Amino acid sequence: MIPAAFDYVRAGSLAEAMNLLQRDPEGTKLVAGGHTLIPTLKLRLASPALLVDIRGIAEMKGIQVSENSISIGALTTHAELLVSEPLHQVLPIFRQAANLIADPQVRNRGTIGGSLANADPAADWPAVMIALKAELEIASVNGSRRVAATDFFVDIFSTALEPGEVLATIHIPRPATGMRFTYRKIRHPASGYAVVGVAAGVAVTGVAADVSIGVTGAASHAFPADVAAKFLVGKPLSRENIEEAARLQSAATECLSDRYASAEYRASLVRTETRRALLALA
Amino acid sequence: MNATVLHYIGKPLKRREDFKFLTGKGRYVDDIKLPGVLHMAIARSPHAHAIIRNVDLGAAKAAPGVRLALAGRDLEGKIGPIVPNWIMPGTKVPFRPVVAIDRVRFVGECVALVVAETLAQAYDAVGLIDVDYEVLPAVVDEEAAIAADAPQLHDNVPGNITTIYKVRGGDYAKAAVDADQVVKLRVVNNRLIPTCMETRSVVAHPDPDGTLTVYMPSQVPHMHRRWIAETVGIPEHLLRVVAPDIGGGFGAKMHLYPEELLCPHLARELGAPVKWWESRSESHQSTSHGRAHTENIEVAIKNDGTILGLKVETLGNVGAYLSNMASGGPTVNTVNFGTGNYRIANYEATSRVVVTNTVPVDAYRGYGRPEGAYIAERAIDVVARHLNLDQVEIRRKNFIQPADFPYRPYGGMAVIYDSGNYQGLLDKALAAFNYDARRNERETLRRNGIYRGIGVAAYTHMCGMAPSRRLASIGFDRGGWESARVAIDSSGRATVYSGSMSQGHGHVTSLSQIAADVLQIPIENIDVIQGDTRQVQAGHGTFNSRSMAVGGSSLHVCSQRIIAKAKKIAAGMLEVDERDVTYAAGQFSVPGTDIAPLTFGKVARMAYVGHKLPDGVAPGLDETEFYDPIGMSAPSGVHLAYVEVDPETGIVDIIDYVAVDDVGTLINPLLAAGQIHGGVVQGIAQALYEEVSYDPDNGQLLTGSLLDYAVPRAEHVPDITSLFQETPSPTNPIGVKGIGESGSIAAPPCMVHAVLDALSPFGIRHLDMPLTPPRIWAAVQNARNGAGQ
Repeated sequence: MIPAAFDYVRAGSLAEAMNLLQRDPEGTKLVAGGHTLIPTLKLRLASPALLVDIRGIAEMKGIQVSENSISIGALTTHAELLVSEPLHQVLPIFRQAANLIADPQVRNRGTIGGSLANADPAADWPAVMIALKAELEIASVNGSRRVAATDFFVDIFSTALEPGEVLATIHIPRPATGMRFTYRKIRHPASGYAVVGVAAGVAVTGVAADVSIGVTGAASHAFPADVAAKFLVGKPLSRENIEEAARLQSAATECLSDRYASAEYRASLVRTETRRALLALA
Repeated sequence: MNATVLHYIGKPLKRREDFKFLTGKGRYVDDIKLPGVLHMAIARSPHAHAIIRNVDLGAAKAAPGVRLALAGRDLEGKIGPIVPNWIMPGTKVPFRPVVAIDRVRFVGECVALVVAETLAQAYDAVGLIDVDYEVLPAVVDEEAAIAADAPQLHDNVPGNITTIYKVRGGDYAKAAVDADQVVKLRVVNNRLIPTCMETRSVVAHPDPDGTLTVYMPSQVPHMHRRWIAETVGIPEHLLRVVAPDIGGGFGAKMHLYPEELLCPHLARELGAPVKWWESRSESHQSTSHGRAHTENIEVAIKNDGTILGLKVETLGNVGAYLSNMASGGPTVNTVNFGTGNYRIANYEATSRVVVTNTVPVDAYRGYGRPEGAYIAERAIDVVARHLNLDQVEIRRKNFIQPADFPYRPYGGMAVIYDSGNYQGLLDKALAAFNYDARRNERETLRRNGIYRGIGVAAYTHMCGMAPSRRLASIGFDRGGWESARVAIDSSGRATVYSGSMSQGHGHVTSLSQIAADVLQIPIENIDVIQGDTRQVQAGHGTFNSRSMAVGGSSLHVCSQRIIAKAKKIAAGMLEVDERDVTYAAGQFSVPGTDIAPLTFGKVARMAYVGHKLPDGVAPGLDETEFYDPIGMSAPSGVHLAYVEVDPETGIVDIIDYVAVDDVGTLINPLLAAGQIHGGVVQGIAQALYEEVSYDPDNGQLLTGSLLDYAVPRAEHVPDITSLFQETPSPTNPIGVKGIGESGSIAAPPCMVHAVLDALSPFGIRHLDMPLTPPRIWAAVQNARNGAGQ
């Protein structure tokens, strides 16, 4: 099908985008990569009056690796995150995860901000952001605020973004020395989204000193696997401890059920993928 | 002058048409831009089963740019109904209007339409159509549909069964008594969506001279000309069907759909071109689906693995109406082939064709033969596991032998396998697969908790439905012949007009190879024309793997007639008796004399100049052949797959796939391997990924988009080894057999067997396709829980 008629503005700056959004928050949609929005428009599941194209906003693009943190503009594409060498030097999980997102065509247009703001319960970046303890900088005409990734994802396709707000920048604290991350996922055969995806990070100094895990696909939104993390902290990262942590996390997770995969299957994948992710870091 | 004999048949030539496609210069229906074209959009039923109380078109008619809005009632008596082309004897044919009149029977059925000046206006106006429905109970499953209390779809189809077809050979009841055991099995052949890269589309263009040109991606342009003419009421000679380049067909583009009737009708009514283009989501709910069977199988066996008899009960779900070929697929196309490659003397099969509140089901790559092969192969595999016999040896033991050909399975009259050598196929496949080493590796890894499995499947079937007079007995309202015309120009170059229709097959290359070998002219001097009923004399198009065996043979015979006539002309030019002239390597010569030979080009020129033609020889070098085959060819093959299953996630990793196929004489091994690759991928997809899902309660299509319906991507399929054995078919002059459907027939059982072999340590004997990770995981869980009890 084709979309219903809408007005279209290409915003030149974040301020312009925020102003346009402010005028009619309900009837306005921001479009960046468009990978979720355009099919939704074509199916006429959404018919916004105004589409604000933010792709050209330079201040929302790019990757900055500084001494204490990494900032990523919301409009940075999956492909840019995949190829960025400075980012790869600090956090190789970005290349690993980007490589598992869809296909090159999607990665060339789709953006990390779009993925996070859309909050598909099976998207990859939310798990990675949670594991990395990212903070999301949200802008509006009323100023900007920061929300922890852990608090950003509220429900299926639902985030902490209020009407009129724009996800502008992602801030990631530079990981402590010795902290290593990995991401793995079980892909849905049709959509390529995660049936379950696990981003895990650990720092081991004899015992697991720090453990940070984000899970996507399993539940109505991405969430931190705190049960597993709490169990492991202070314990040796042994096969037995990892298995027990994964088992406890799986048992504590209320999983989604759909036509393709039952809640029991997803719970089993939470266990398997958490275990396998942690074993890869052990 | 040294002439060289040209050999094109058997050469792995790259496709002559690829430059066009690879540089984006293919021309599809959507690329046809006509000035003043109007756009049609369809309002589709959101309900699986409902009475239409009222259709309010008022707002749609008043919307900007709208030229016309119609409901089914407005078309009643003007066009339609849509009548199947294949009606098995005894079939009750449901009435199918082009647009639903008072009742809808599946989600996606046309209930109204709009024609507007722009596509956006047409879609906007469709959104304004208000239909008042009274929802009725729906039934989507073939087993549920034949239950006593099931919702009934059509007054003239009691019990929702349109057709009952029986095949009997030998005495199954006696075989069951004589057997040591009877093994039973129920298998589901999952419903599929034939996903073409190019969806359907139609442009109908009324010419000022009174003809109507219909552009559409048709596998069967001349058949569509006849059907549209008869259903819309247009004189056939004034109708021109043009099929330009086609982005895949797989059977789905050989049926008759409402939109292909509406555009021609409306273009004539409005006196302007009318275009319809199918979106992907429309395609899922309006273009025919494939497969959708349930089979109950009984195998009467001796404990040594001898199969005494086979009994099959098929339920073929054909959706809400009988589509074009729908009564033939679950019947003769399926159960006639239920005994597979095996000598099974006693056979008893009954097929019931069942209507349900779903998209109509029709031909999809293999049509019935994948379902038939699945019956035979699942049966023999289950027997092997039941008796703890080797899956290779039980096949070898029961195979039809090379000396048995031509072979009539179960002593019946309907099926003849013309030729084959299954033992040869099996041996070649085992060697290429490194079977013994793999088997040892599998055992070793199993001890380490790694679950690998080997799958084996054999198949045979029949291609190129023919001869014409036989099709009458099964109610198939078309012929089995194909036409070819070879027009030589005055320079000796050839234009081939073929009634076959490439949908990406590479006919320009393969047909040229056939013509070039007979004509002994370079392939560059041959052009191939297909898909325009104003240019191509007649034809049946491409389906049932018929293009090379029937269309190619027609061209072969036609090309020989060119040479026969050219010899007469050459004899006149050389002033010798025609019987003394030989033609070889592009030269007409008189052996044993010093007469200078004549080139093909010189003879062609004389054919048109006409100065030295012998008495009784007409000018011109232009021949047409209508070729009706004496019988059908039976390709065969043995495929092997090697997989690893992760019991924790249920994920299947395909490590290797080896296909050895006997498609008779190979015209182009490269294109042949391409056909095997494509078919195997579609077969793997059926086995592991694809499944149409309907909500059993309300009949909603749950796999309405490619986000839910898993069409395989490169990451989902392995490298495929494709090898061939050539046992020429005795049924045609080239010795070629059909190939297009082979892969999609062999791969589903082969993959299922491989996965089940990997899961055999868990005691899992059967799973229904698609073998998705969640389904495999659940089976392993159940097996583990069961073992723990």
